[in-house]
Amino acid sequence: MTGATTNENTANLLADAEQGSSLWQDAWQRLKKNRMAVGGGAVLLFFVVVALLTPWLAPYAYETQNLDLGASPPSADHWLGTDVFGRDVLTQIMYGGRVSLAVGFIATAVALLIGVTWGAVAGYVGGRVDAVMMRMVDILYALPFMIFIVLLMVVFGRNVLLLFLAIGAVEWLTMARIMRAQVQSLRQQEFVEAAISLGLSPAAIIRRHVIPNALGPIIVYTTLTIPSVMLLEAFLSFLGLGIQPPQTSWGLLISYGAETMEEYPWLLIFPGLALTTTLFSLNFLGDGLRDALDVRGSKD
Amino acid sequence: MLRFILSRLLQAIPVIFIVITATFFLVRAAPGGPFDAEKVVLPEVKRALEAQYKLDLPLHEQYFAYLGDLTRGELGPSFKYPGRSVNEILFSGLPVTAELGFYALLIALLIGVTAGVFASLKPNTRQDYIPMSLAMIGICMPSFLLGPLLVLVFGIYLEWLPISGWGAIPGDKILPSITLGAAYAAYVARLSRAGMLEILSQDFIRTARAKGLPEWLVVTKHALRGGLIPVVAFLGPAFAGLLAGSFVVETIFQIPGLGRFYVQAAFNRDYTMILGTTVFLSTLIVLFNLVSDVAAAWLNPRLRSQFSGGKS
Repeated sequence: MTGATTNENTANLLADAEQGSSLWQDAWQRLKKNRMAVGGGAVLLFFVVVALLTPWLAPYAYETQNLDLGASPPSADHWLGTDVFGRDVLTQIMYGGRVSLAVGFIATAVALLIGVTWGAVAGYVGGRVDAVMMRMVDILYALPFMIFIVLLMVVFGRNVLLLFLAIGAVEWLTMARIMRAQVQSLRQQEFVEAAISLGLSPAAIIRRHVIPNALGPIIVYTTLTIPSVMLLEAFLSFLGLGIQPPQTSWGLLISYGAETMEEYPWLLIFPGLALTTTLFSLNFLGDGLRDALDVRGSKD
Repeated sequence: MLRFILSRLLQAIPVIFIVITATFFLVRAAPGGPFDAEKVVLPEVKRALEAQYKLDLPLHEQYFAYLGDLTRGELGPSFKYPGRSVNEILFSGLPVTAELGFYALLIALLIGVTAGVFASLKPNTRQDYIPMSLAMIGICMPSFLLGPLLVLVFGIYLEWLPISGWGAIPGDKILPSITLGAAYAAYVARLSRAGMLEILSQDFIRTARAKGLPEWLVVTKHALRGGLIPVVAFLGPAFAGLLAGSFVVETIFQIPGLGRFYVQAAFNRDYTMILGTTVFLSTLIVLFNLVSDVAAAWLNPRLRSQFSGGKS
């Protein structure tokens, strides 16, 4: 009993040492040299911190209106101007960013969880189970999901929780494919064979050996999934099928801004700038990570 | 090749069937009947209406009746526009959306392929960075932001182009087509750059160069065919994306196409219209995916020989 545990520990230590020293440090060195990726990461970090601290940082309370003021261009009191109800645009963007980023991260997490589990099981078990599971992914892949999400939002009301689930349910498919391909190639490796011969359970092998080694492509794809999820949320909110007032998101703010852009262009430009900057940062970071971790064919 | 097409066709049928079934039951599961809005409707009238739309039948009978209608190409009557069938509404919008999508795709392919090939010829130089940075902007600038911005600049400030409608005033098709096509031009540029870079590093290209073929002939005669396979494979997903994009673009520019009808039907809770449109658009998307996969396989000599039983 003790012998088996020691063996397990040794195997784990060896695996940790092998990937800990070389791959990740190399990748970090490469990433640091990529100025666009570092810049993207920094901007993203800034937005995330601002989103987390919004209740304390926002210049005005979320509900504050000033109907006498109405829509006003950027000024010393309102850095990014106010909307027709005299609400501070910067405050709106900060609160909207919380929602947009939360949708991006949570829906991606849902996709990650389902996709990685599905792909890992299919790839590890193999055989008929694998064939059936991947067949299901193929069929779901062919479904026109954009239309389906619109349909879901119409049928079940415009519910944020449902939005997370619906988007997450769409995005897990690619994740499952990537994970399965990784697991299949890892299964052939000597250190996994060694772990099997040492008597590790399949769950432990997946957790300790397969997932850490498949982490590179997963990280890259996750970084690139977040912007596409955020775009999807903004797209639905723009059509009025996503986030509903009194909540707000960048997509919703852009939609309001587009309605009154002729008179008050700042209502369109600033929320648009916030969304594009975030998407830019995420894409640059994702591309940088892909180059740094030397992942090929994860997307595009 | 024939076997490949057949197998893909067999795969498409269950997908379409799943779409029809899932959509039907989702729409029927929606809270609130279609006639709940008109509160003054007498019970007898409501019953008569429900009988007309077959809503008085048990659910599974409604489902089979709907499947029966579909096999005859009937998508049913519209709930919101009495006297008009879903077919009529769809076919009045289809030509508009098809034209819009065609222009957008044309823009995407012309600009995208040119920029991508151009960039791939001198990788990691200015000739590569400038188009690829523009492509990144295209990807990060969603159509619902690009559209209003274009309207603001070219329609309102410069007053060069009309800002709404379709085919009424000359030039009113330009802004919607650009809005819809821009993001796809960006994707196509990235894909064709990556595809070309991969092909240009292969042995047969070196052979072509070694035998003294001019560079432009190497690119057009040898590299382009293989380098554009990813682009052709992307056309299927792009088609689905263009349809979804038409929801937004047609709403922004007030174009009477399929996308706008779909969004309106969604807001009106016009259930038969939603159901019919979903089934119709989904079938289109599945079929287009099929065509794009087959085309990509046909362009790829390795895949082609694999599916025609080893003969090359």
